[in-house]
Amino acid sequence: MLDIQNLAKSYGKDGDGTAAIGDVTFSVAEGELVVVVGPSGCGKTTLLRTISGLLRPTSGSVTLRGRPVTEPPAEMAVVFQDYARSLMPWLTVADNVTLPLRNKGMSKADCRAAMEKALASVDLERFGDRYPWELSGGMQQRVAIARALAYEPQILLMDEPFASVDAQTRADLEDLVLEIREQYGMTIVLVTHDIDESVYLGDRVVVLTRRPSTVLESLTIDLPSPRDQIETKQLPAFAHLRAHVYRAIRNRPEPAAADLALTPAHEGRA
Amino acid sequence: MIARALRSRLGLILEVTVPLAIVAAWWIASAGSTSFFFPPLSEILDSFRETWLFSHVASDVVPSMLRLAAGFAIAIAIAVPLGVLLSQSKLLWRAAEPIVEFLRALPGPALIPLGIVLIGIGSGMKIALIAFGCLFPILLTTMDGVASIDPVLRDTVRVLRLSRRDRIMRVIVPAALPQIFAGLRTSLALGLIMVVISEMVASENGVGYFVLSAQRSFDLPAMWAGTLMIGLLGYALSGLLTLVERRLLRWHRASKASALSS
Amino acid sequence: MASSVTPSIEAGVAPRRRAGGRRPRLDAARILPPIVSVLAVLALFELLPRVGIVSARQLPPSSEIVDTFISQLSTEAFWRDIWSTLQGWALGLGIAIAIAVPLGLALGSTPLLHRALRFVIEFLRPIPSVALIPLVVLLYGTGLTSKVFLAAFGATWPLLIQVIYGVQDVDPVATDTGRMFGLGRFQRMRRITLPSLLPYAATGLRIAATTSLLLTVTGELVIGAPGLGHSIDLARTSAATTLMYALILATGLVGIVINSAFRRMERRTLRWHPSQREVAA
Repeated sequence: MLDIQNLAKSYGKDGDGTAAIGDVTFSVAEGELVVVVGPSGCGKTTLLRTISGLLRPTSGSVTLRGRPVTEPPAEMAVVFQDYARSLMPWLTVADNVTLPLRNKGMSKADCRAAMEKALASVDLERFGDRYPWELSGGMQQRVAIARALAYEPQILLMDEPFASVDAQTRADLEDLVLEIREQYGMTIVLVTHDIDESVYLGDRVVVLTRRPSTVLESLTIDLPSPRDQIETKQLPAFAHLRAHVYRAIRNRPEPAAADLALTPAHEGRA
Repeated sequence: MIARALRSRLGLILEVTVPLAIVAAWWIASAGSTSFFFPPLSEILDSFRETWLFSHVASDVVPSMLRLAAGFAIAIAIAVPLGVLLSQSKLLWRAAEPIVEFLRALPGPALIPLGIVLIGIGSGMKIALIAFGCLFPILLTTMDGVASIDPVLRDTVRVLRLSRRDRIMRVIVPAALPQIFAGLRTSLALGLIMVVISEMVASENGVGYFVLSAQRSFDLPAMWAGTLMIGLLGYALSGLLTLVERRLLRWHRASKASALSS
Repeated sequence: MASSVTPSIEAGVAPRRRAGGRRPRLDAARILPPIVSVLAVLALFELLPRVGIVSARQLPPSSEIVDTFISQLSTEAFWRDIWSTLQGWALGLGIAIAIAVPLGLALGSTPLLHRALRFVIEFLRPIPSVALIPLVVLLYGTGLTSKVFLAAFGATWPLLIQVIYGVQDVDPVATDTGRMFGLGRFQRMRRITLPSLLPYAATGLRIAATTSLLLTVTGELVIGAPGLGHSIDLARTSAATTLMYALILATGLVGIVINSAFRRMERRTLRWHPSQREVAA
């Protein structure tokens, strides 16, 4: 569905400045949940902004269902890390969620229905009349997610969506993403620096190097579904996968006893 | 703790009593005044009551306020859209910059003679000059406001693919509103100055005309009363703007407060 | 955390050095639009009266205005007007500084005093100083004193308010630190209060300078004190329309010079104190 080919992005005139993304290639299948993980400051956000069409790549290409992405495409929604800055404080929660629907040619009633459904799926149906700043951080991020859901995108990009909330809220929001994915069946690309989160959420984890980023490996996560914060994380396979990603990021060699059920698919490095 | 409580109570007492004391001092000091320029406060207040409650309200206050309202409204209607427009393109702003810089540095009253030559001495001239005087602070703060919109919000607007109308009316203008209000505050003060001066230079009614004609007929208590009235109008208008601002920008203060506490 | 800084990356790594070949083109893009637009405005104001849309008696062609302006540059009367206006402006601003800075320092550093006078200040501040014109004329006549009084009255408030804000905004931790290191009251004032006050004072000064010019010209126009404002009105009443426009042009240029000088100074103080930018608006 989404193809990223030899993507590179440098800042500065004529691309001779700082390189944020060196050479990134991976693809995302229809309905897949891919988590991109990398060390802090490795250009993950730049990557996501380039994939979403907010930034032009210096070279390489992003194609969504065969069409090159140059502007944010209609079938895509993005959830940013900074919920407080991406919600409009002058609009109520309901108006924030409805805002992008107004340009979709939907009737008022349809807009309202989509808004209510989206708020219900993030458990905020009673908060439509509130303002974002009256809610806690986790709730604000749920509003941002609801805004993306109401739009019914085919692909949802999330940029470190849970980096600014506390640990408990974070776990709840992770499970919310999995639920939403069941409910709406959309393709999701999520960027994070949290290794546990990447293994817990992903069907596949794409591990990036430090900047200028390249794909270190693309790892299929074959943990059983549905996942559970306690049970999944207790599985030995979870611990192995986690350790594997950790070593990859830290650039440490794999121990000899590689008895885990890993199926590294080195797509990106071909 | 006790010292602080005492001090805060003392502060409250002072805040109430000092203004009263100043008025009382004025009253007492001027009570037996035979000075032509400084008539007793009691006479000024008598004159105030005679003129402003309410015989001259309809003939002078209302025309002045209508002119101010019209000029202010025209300035907003031009400055906000123009500010948004000029913020959209660097090329456009570079082209407009020297003209805007010249016009905003030009003291508004210097244009009164020009207004008289071009438009005449009627209300139209005054409204045009008030609008001109109010325009530039609003224009420049609108541009400031648009320029300082959060980059995350800019990204959000792009990925949400809002229509141009929604982008401007529901995101850009509200986001710039706190700065726009700073401009409105400056503009209101300038607007009142323009009202009073344009009425002093050429008019047959209005508060500016009233004080100047009172002075010319050497009716000093009436002149003082008129000056007091203009002061009260300035105070009341500024208070009114604060009320509107509180209402419209409730989200601004609240979201700032919640960002600080979290 | 990492992404919260990302939006500024593009601005932060903005190209300082440009590829040599591109420079002329970039500079043209910078210089051409203002020149073209100014020429366009001049052309428009040349055509309006020439074509007869506006009577040339009301709006002379821009070439004539510019001609008159240039010939004015060699007359003594013109420079006398400029001098009068600048004199009124400088005296008004100077008096405003002499009142507002000490008063602002006192009010800002003494909360009790500030509370006692807060209502009085809040009441006096929005009063347009032009309301005092009739009184001022009776008291001081139609000369320099009157317009200086108006200018000083108008310019004092914005500066006073900014100085009070500035003093109140001094970080208490910094003051405590200073006290701990044994800095005396004067030393603390010089090393801690003054630097954090500076950006506010610069903003107040810029507003006061503009206000002082506005009220000086107003005083000249309404009261008839000698200066550009008076000459503009004189030109109107004697039907010397072209001269009137030329003098308005000159007034605007004086405004630009004052404005940009004070803005440059303000920007300099703001540069090392960027957090105060919001207040500056």
